[in-house]
Formats: sequence, C-alpha cells, structure tokens
Amino acid sequence: MLWETILLSLRAIRRNALRSSLTVLGIVIGVAAVITLVTLGSGATAKVTADIAAMGSNMLQVRPGQVFGGPGGARLSTVPFESADAVAIAREIPGLRAVAPVSSRSAQAIYGNSNWATTATGSTNAYLEVRDWPLAMGRPFTDGEVRAGQAVCILGHTVHRELFSGDDPLGATIRLGKIAFKVVGVLAAKGLSSFGTDQDDVVLIPLRTLQRRITGRTDVGTIMVSAADGDSTAKVQADLTRLMRERRRIGLDQEDDFTVRDMQEIVATLTGTTRVLTALLGAVAAVSLLVGGIGIMNIMLVSVTERTREIGTRLAIGALERDVLLQFMVEAVVLASLGGLCGIALGLAGAALGTRLLDVPFVFSPGIVAAAFLFSGAVGVIFGFFPARQAARLDPIEALRHE
Amino acid sequence: MSSARATSSPPPLIELQGVTKVYGHGQAAMVALHGIDFRIGRGEFVAVMGPSGSGKSTCMNILGCLDTPTGGRFLFEGVDVGRLTRDQRALLRRHYLGFVFQGFNLLNRTSALENVELPLIYRGIPARPRHHAARRALAAVGLSDWERHSPGELSGGQQQRVAIARAIVTRPAVLLADEPTGNLDSARSVEIMELLTAFNRDQDITILMVTHDPEMAAYAGRQIHFRDGRILADADGKERQ
Repeated sequence: MLWETILLSLRAIRRNALRSSLTVLGIVIGVAAVITLVTLGSGATAKVTADIAAMGSNMLQVRPGQVFGGPGGARLSTVPFESADAVAIAREIPGLRAVAPVSSRSAQAIYGNSNWATTATGSTNAYLEVRDWPLAMGRPFTDGEVRAGQAVCILGHTVHRELFSGDDPLGATIRLGKIAFKVVGVLAAKGLSSFGTDQDDVVLIPLRTLQRRITGRTDVGTIMVSAADGDSTAKVQADLTRLMRERRRIGLDQEDDFTVRDMQEIVATLTGTTRVLTALLGAVAAVSLLVGGIGIMNIMLVSVTERTREIGTRLAIGALERDVLLQFMVEAVVLASLGGLCGIALGLAGAALGTRLLDVPFVFSPGIVAAAFLFSGAVGVIFGFFPARQAARLDPIEALRHE
Repeated sequence: MSSARATSSPPPLIELQGVTKVYGHGQAAMVALHGIDFRIGRGEFVAVMGPSGSGKSTCMNILGCLDTPTGGRFLFEGVDVGRLTRDQRALLRRHYLGFVFQGFNLLNRTSALENVELPLIYRGIPARPRHHAARRALAAVGLSDWERHSPGELSGGQQQRVAIARAIVTRPAVLLADEPTGNLDSARSVEIMELLTAFNRDQDITILMVTHDPEMAAYAGRQIHFRDGRILADADGKERQ
C-alpha cells in the first residue's frame, strides 16, 4: 500500500511538473546552499590545516620581543638572539628533533641575464628538518660549509624556475647582491603559505654566510624548534620560556621580552575560526530550507483545495482518513526529498566550482549530504502534515459538491 | 415477535426506519427529512425522484453512508449505520457500495485503467489481479480500446462508462448513481441506462439512482418520489402502468 502510494504521488508530481518544480525550488536552493557552503567551509579548514602542516607541524618559533595584537602585530624592539641561544636550546631542552636559528634579508638574485628579487634565508641544515622540507635535487650543506660560512646556496623552487627556467642549476654560480654563491641543491616545491606568500621564493644559505657577507651582524631573527613526534609542544613551550628567561636574565617580576609561538595553537585557532564560519553559513542556509518548507506547505494547501473533488471521490470510494492523510504526506515527503536530491546534486556541483575558484580542496562530507537529505524529508513531513490533515478531514459530501 | 422474525429470515439489504435529518440548530434548524420508512431488497433497481430540496439528495447521502441520520435508523444488512464511526462507514463503502456521479469525478490526467483500479487499490488487491479485474470491467462497459486514455481524451458518455466500470469493478452489493445521465445527451443516456440495467440484471447489483428524467426512471423497477422531506409515492413499475 505504501509503495502504491509512493508511485501514486510520483504520478501526481509528474502530472504537475512545472508547479512541482516551483514548489520545491526553495528546498533545492536551501539544500544546495547548505551543501555548497559547508563543503567550501570544510575545504577552507582543510587547506588551512594542510598549509600549516606544510610549514612544519610540531614547530615552535621563538622570537625576540613581545608581539601585540596577534601575528603581524607591533613588536617591541629588544635584545636580539644569537647563534649561541640556538646552541643552548639544543643542548638544554630534551625532546627536540631539531633547532634552527634563522635570519632573513631581501636580496637580488642574478644568474646570467636573469634577475629576481627574493629573500636570502640564513640557517643550518636543521632548517630543512624543522620545516619538514625535502630537497628536489642536490645535497644539503656540509658541516664545513655551515661552520666556515662558505658561499653556497640551496634554491627555492620559484627562484630555480625564474633564474634557470628549469635547467639544471647544480654547480652553477649565482650572485646575491655582490657575492657569488655556488648552487648545491634545490628545495622541493611547497606552494603558498596560508598567509598567501610564496614559500618557494627563497634562497637558503648558511647562517654564518648571511651574517658575515650580507648583513654584517651576528643577530638571529628567529629560532625555529621542532618537537620530537608525539612530544607535547606545551611542555617544550614551557621549557623554552624558562630557558630563555634564564639566558636573558629576566627578573621574576618582569614580562618576557621574547615570544614563543606554537604552530599547533595557531592551527587550532585558525581551524576553530573557519569551523565557526562554516557553522554560521550552514545555519543561514538552514533558514532558507525552512523557508522552502513553508513554500511546500503553501502549495500543498493549494493542491488540497484544487483537488477537493478528487479527495471527495476517494473518500466516497472507500478511502479511510488515514489513506488520504498518507497520500498527501507521502506526496509532500516525496516532493521534498526529490527537491533535496536536486539540491544535493546542485550543491555538490556548486561546491566543485567554488573550490576550484577559491583554490581550496574539495572535501566531500557524506554526513552533511545525508543530513541535508534527511532534513528535506523532515521538512516534507512537518510541512506536509497540516495540509494532509486538512485533506483527510474533508467531509466527503461537501468535497464532492465542491466546484 | 419481530425479533423472532428477524433471526429466522435474513434482514433486508436496506431498511430505513423513521429516518429524520435536521441541519442546523434552534431557530435556524432546517428539517430535510421528516421520518422516512422504506425497504429495498437485493437486486432491486430503484429510481429516486423529486424536485430539488425534496430531501432525495439527503436520503441518498445517508444511503451512501456518507451521512448519518439525525433520528431513526438506517440498517444496512441489519447493521445500524448511524452507530458506525467515520472510518467504519468508509470501510462499508469500500466493500459494499459503488458510486456513479453526475460529474463523473474521474481523476484527471490518469488513464481509464488506473481510474478503474482505484477502488481495488484501497481494497489492497495486488497489481496483477487488479489490472485483470480493471480490464474486465472496462470491457464490460465496452471501452477495452480506451484503457490508456485519460478522461480529457474521452467523450462525456465514455467518461461516465469509465466511472461505471470503476463502480462495478469491486462487484458491490449496491450501486448508487446520482443523476448519472444528467450531463449527457439522450442517445448517450440510453446507453448508460442500458449498461446499468444489464449490471442490475446479470450481476445482481442493487441500483439506487437519483434522476429528474421520467424516461430514465422508467428503466427502474421501482420509483420513490420525494417531496418536502417526505415520500410522496413509492410504486413499482407494474403498478404504475
């Protein structure tokens, strides 16, 4: 009987194809909006997480000065770090995988006729480990090169492309400013950071080379620390803070004059933000689903009025109240579910397009698709009930007389 | 004494005992039926006549179990219909009654075959026997070639024949026809009346038919005339001639 009723309602829907499609338009748009927005939101979350993982997970950054107003905020000028600080960290704090002192300076890279403005980053081989950054070709620095501050460099993917247009650069000599550097390796491509900068636009050189030949100072800008896998970054952060306070002789009543940033905290903050945004977008879309439901109720009421004689005939022929109730309920639910299916297809298509435009990964979440489908069915049940009851309670005599 | 008789012989198919029907309350009360009594036996063909407002439609609604009397009793095979619930009356209609309306009341954009199948669906008959029964009913009204046509593609006479097929497909005990020829020309009307007469005669279906037209009423074996909520005359055809 239920199957018959479903077939019957499908037939009724097909009989009024245009009106049926207009009726479910609200549901279609609502479901499509939910699916598109939530998929885009999940994609954005996944991208942020992946980007930060690409910067090196388990990574902590120690910088001199206090940062106000979050990342990129104002920084108090204060005593800079030195290479000795990095050495001390590596020696004193247990559970570290690698410690890399890092300094950067913008520089003009020149090879033959090619000329490229980039950043010279001075560090040690530990930098590759901290950033989880493999080489595409060549070799890392030797201990001798790092210690002696020799003029060797490892090119970022972008610099390699711009200077050599894909030719083999190993053994070639490029110039950074006025100093000639021998290319010993090329980094694997890493892509854009979550802040939109090109991470591959870099030339890596030994820290001492940068200090002696380019900046002429012994400062270290940042010390990057990678916690051993599975080690709590919170403990490492506490150890770092204690050690640096000691080394910088900060009194008990004084604020830190340096900052330890835990990348995992930043990940949590960023993904938390995108998740809240996703939930908000989903809520807005759910409201449009509700509006779609009211549309269904509206049209079902019109349909009941229009088909009063049909209902009268059915009642006279021997339909029970619950048969008529079931018929109109099923019609509303089938209509809403069809709308839900269309909305899911449309929403996934929209999400596929949107993820391509926004350059975020397409994250298919079966949960939200199932939820949207069930929700549209529920909308049919809830908003179909009132019109269906209206139909079922008709007086057959009145209904048969209805013009 | 009467109870002893009731147990010894089967009750009549339809029996009205002092049936009254009042619409509204107090000052606005309108009496549609003032105590109607009659019996209809199995296999009768009864024409119900009378001007509009005479109470014949009210009486037909009660006989069709669509309405219940205000007073008195309507017994269907000895069952007091006035005591049944709405759903029980629907089941009674489903299993014992067939309806033919003046306006045909077929489902639009639905094939003749599907229209005829409708009452069988409510009876829970599975698809195959249902198709079979519906085809046979359509053949009985001479519309075998029109199964796939929807009401919009059929003439008025054909539509009414589909409606008759829908009414008799369940082999009901009683067929209630409300002005079945009211919307048809005389040639089509004659066809319809001949069909009804044939079903009455061959399948032993009791027919109650409301009509204005004495020519149509002449097909019936018995005529009941209503006026002002009372029965004016109740005569079988032989007496009338």
